[in-house]
Amino acid sequence: MEYSLALQILILLPVLLVPAIVLTKNSPNMREAVSLAGGVVLLCLAIFCYQSLASEQPTQVTWLEILPGLSLSFLIEPYGVLFALVASFLWIVTTLYAIGYMRGHNESNQTRFYACFAIAITGVMGVAMAENLFTLFLFYELLTLSTYPLVTHAGNDKAKTGGRIYLSILLGTSILLLLPAIIITWSLTGTLSFQQGGILSQLDSPVLTSVLLVLFVFGIGKAALMPVHRWLPAAMVAPTPVSALLHAVAVVKAGVFSLLKVCGFIFGGDLLASLDVTQWLLYLAGVTIIISSLIAMRQDNLKARLAYSTVSQLSYITLGALLATSLSLTGGAMHIAMHAFGKITLFFCAGAIYVACHKTQVSELRGLGKQMPVTMVAFFIGSLSIIGLPPAGGTWSKWYLVMSTIDASQWFLLVALMLSSLLNIVYLLSIPVQAFMPVKNNPVQGIKEAPLFSLGAIVVTSLGCIWLFVQPQWLLDLIQQ
Amino acid sequence: MSLMSGLFNYWAVAALLLIGLGIVVWQGNLIKKLVGLSIFQTAVFIFYISVGKVAGGTAPILDDSYSQYSNPLPHVLILTAIVVGIATTALALALVIRIKASYGSVEESDINGQDK
Amino acid sequence: MFSHLAILQVVVPLMGAPACFMLGKARLTWLMSLLISVVTCAISIGLLLQVYQQGPISYALGGWQAPWGIEYRIDIINAYMLLIVSAMGALVLLAAKDTALTDIDEHRRPLFYVAYLLCLAGLLGIAATGDAFNVFVFLEISSLSMYCLIALNKDRRALWAAFRYLIVGTIGATFILIGIGYLYMMTGTLNMQDLAQRLPAIADNNAVISAYAFIMVGVGLKLALFPLHYWLPNAYTHAPNLVTAFLAATATKVAVYLVIRFNFFVFSPSWADFIQLGNHVLLILGSVAVLWASWIAIRQTDIKRLLAYSSVAQIGYMVMGIGMSSLLSLQASLLHLFNHALMKGGLFLVLATIALRLGSVDTSQLRGLAQRMPLTFWAFVIGGLSLIGMPATAGFISKWYLVQAAIEQQSWLLVAVVLAGSALAAIYVWKVVEVFWFTDKNTASNTRHLSQPQVPVTMSIAMWLLIIANVYFGIDTRLPVTLSEMGAQLLSGAS
Repeated sequence: MEYSLALQILILLPVLLVPAIVLTKNSPNMREAVSLAGGVVLLCLAIFCYQSLASEQPTQVTWLEILPGLSLSFLIEPYGVLFALVASFLWIVTTLYAIGYMRGHNESNQTRFYACFAIAITGVMGVAMAENLFTLFLFYELLTLSTYPLVTHAGNDKAKTGGRIYLSILLGTSILLLLPAIIITWSLTGTLSFQQGGILSQLDSPVLTSVLLVLFVFGIGKAALMPVHRWLPAAMVAPTPVSALLHAVAVVKAGVFSLLKVCGFIFGGDLLASLDVTQWLLYLAGVTIIISSLIAMRQDNLKARLAYSTVSQLSYITLGALLATSLSLTGGAMHIAMHAFGKITLFFCAGAIYVACHKTQVSELRGLGKQMPVTMVAFFIGSLSIIGLPPAGGTWSKWYLVMSTIDASQWFLLVALMLSSLLNIVYLLSIPVQAFMPVKNNPVQGIKEAPLFSLGAIVVTSLGCIWLFVQPQWLLDLIQQ
Repeated sequence: MSLMSGLFNYWAVAALLLIGLGIVVWQGNLIKKLVGLSIFQTAVFIFYISVGKVAGGTAPILDDSYSQYSNPLPHVLILTAIVVGIATTALALALVIRIKASYGSVEESDINGQDK
Repeated sequence: MFSHLAILQVVVPLMGAPACFMLGKARLTWLMSLLISVVTCAISIGLLLQVYQQGPISYALGGWQAPWGIEYRIDIINAYMLLIVSAMGALVLLAAKDTALTDIDEHRRPLFYVAYLLCLAGLLGIAATGDAFNVFVFLEISSLSMYCLIALNKDRRALWAAFRYLIVGTIGATFILIGIGYLYMMTGTLNMQDLAQRLPAIADNNAVISAYAFIMVGVGLKLALFPLHYWLPNAYTHAPNLVTAFLAATATKVAVYLVIRFNFFVFSPSWADFIQLGNHVLLILGSVAVLWASWIAIRQTDIKRLLAYSSVAQIGYMVMGIGMSSLLSLQASLLHLFNHALMKGGLFLVLATIALRLGSVDTSQLRGLAQRMPLTFWAFVIGGLSLIGMPATAGFISKWYLVQAAIEQQSWLLVAVVLAGSALAAIYVWKVVEVFWFTDKNTASNTRHLSQPQVPVTMSIAMWLLIIANVYFGIDTRLPVTLSEMGAQLLSGAS
């Protein structure tokens, strides 16, 4: 098979599954088999694209030219492959998990759920493989819109409000900030292609480039840098599998991935380093890391706590992108994968607890370790990965990020990273630890583990965290290609 | 030619325009509004006819004994405009009849009050 | 035959109207008028091809040569307008099968088609003629038939809306008439090209300035340019649903064309300072219209009224493009003219479809529509996204050009206005989508059993053609971009 063909199928496959999913709506087994099979094929395609990186010729596909110089085209490049691999693998796992969760929970409108899920994955693949900013923007918006029905799945007033915040912040920032940034870039340079070293580097106007950088950083609202982070906790009204994949992997990672691409390939490290505004944005990232960790500590709702933890972790990657040294970009890109596995595990556990015993508050989880040992051990591993302690994958990405801050003499950021790790220990690790503590007159009796499908998914992702710790080399090779 | 007498037609046109417009805006009765609208349009007719007037000219009829005619083109144009004006008034009156039938009134305030 | 296309464009629907009147039966009249509108559309395509290949066509009516006789002059902009108007006219008529006209009394339905064809003839006439007085005549033909069309609705509020539109429309047309009279007084000609050649010599004359002012106010009224737009929301809301679709897709577009024609062809910023001033005023009014009307749209509960205010805002975009008066901005204006016809035509057809099935477009009836009419719902979403200006829809292209034009002039405020308008559009579109999307347990069940007439197949076809066109012309932009670029070059060459 040609690489270019594989690339196109990679992007189109999920959306092509939608008719199949809708047609099989009367037989849930078939419907979910379609989703799963699609996920497996997608992963194979992503691996195939990964192999294409070894070949000399970069694989590029142009679908059509909308206006002269403005085309819808895709390119296989290392960061994109990394993102596509992570997202497609976790799509399979999440589908497995969702089967258990949605059935165990008797959710309505399951067909719509799987269909929108598939469209969202197309959005992710498009973002990952975009050759230029326009293509990225198109799929970025597709992702926003296709996840709206997922976020508001419950259909009640709370979901409606959450959906409104979600959509207004994501659409608002993209229309008001990201779109003008893209158009200005185009009118200044005449191109939107991602290029090594950036396309704005020839520009001799620090004021204009500074403004552009600010527009991009806040315009990519999915990266959830404060103060545009509000949508993330609001979106937690979604069913847990949605929160897990979309708000630990797909949506938020699409945001920070876009930011990585913009910083690395539109601006370029040299240009970023020469701008004063970069320093302020770095401080803002540091502040976001600390403040959202502090907010997370005060959340008793487990999903809200995880959401704020995500806000904090995303700024790690934003920080890596804005420093734009090779060390920091490596750290940032690695963290996309590491945080994805860690956070999805945590979300899965939260969902499993909810399905098994309908508990949503952290304070209710004491002593649950006896009833749900697998879940709680997985939670423990996931927490380790987020904190950045061995034997979990997060260790490596955090290591690179810390090294890059030392390298760039950014002491404030170093402190922010360290402080946040400490706070992580307090608000994440305390949960499984307390769950295993013996409790007097334990009120929770007769609770069993979550459905088998869900439990399987949890085990897979937590093993993934450990595997990434043991085998980080391929990831490193991929990023540094 | 003084400003007043030489441009008398145009002053009349301006006055009629304002009077017509004033009636359309300030009168609440639909029929009166239409009267105002007609005055407004008539002012423009006079304006066109005045434009076509040539000092000392007669009506534009081909005859050997006259050599100076008024400009016929504005007259022709305004004939068209008069036809349009009649059509507009007719249509408006038809609408008023139906408004009266369904609202029972031709007063603006009554009609607005009924559809709250 | 081919040399007479220019006049056939107008005469076919004009003569077709009385022919339809003779037929009497609604179904038959529909078929006949549909045939006529399709022929009209074919003629416009023929004209466009001819102009594209051979340059402007001049047709002397009755053999009287310009500038004495009435000249029909078709350049690329005329041809572009004729295509938009005739294509939208044919598509809306395709949807307007007699059984789809449930908001019109049965015995009046044949009259709908007659008035519709007359209106179409009037609008096409404005776009085809090269004679200033002829513009007035066709304007009144289209307006009078439009008042009739609006008043056809069973709802009595339509009568009142039609009456008010009549008053405003007549005042507007009379203003234009005064302006044309001044021009004739000063130049002795009514031919637009002739005017364009003679006016520069007397550019400083007060009568010329008055002529310009009268024409602009008159056209502004027809255009529903802020703050002269008060008639539009009422007329759109109370007109029969399909009339609204036709009105939104064509009538205001032709008025925009007139502004362009007078501002850059008859008058021109290159020789008159007051045109530049006029353009500044247009720019400001357009910007205010975008923001203000979008804001009002957000606060509407009636969906037709919401879309009507959205139209006022979208007209603001076109006027902004005219006001910036650069090559790129004029192109943006012309592009948006085309794209907005697609969006609003499509969206109002969606509403008409919904109204036909549910019997009304009251917000309370529409909750949970996404479950009951999923396809129609998605059509609305696509049209709405185009209105917002999402990438891969037609709306994105016009916004792209408009923002480019603003950046070119380093006018960051205008960039902000365009994008803010877009964001506000996102809010009001989503407000509707949210109503459709979420089910309200109480209303969803009891409206389901209403046995409403089936939607005619032709109506669904017309609706989907327009909705798909929104996506198609967002991806394959060659046709509108090429034509609008040629048009803008022609205008800036003339100025």
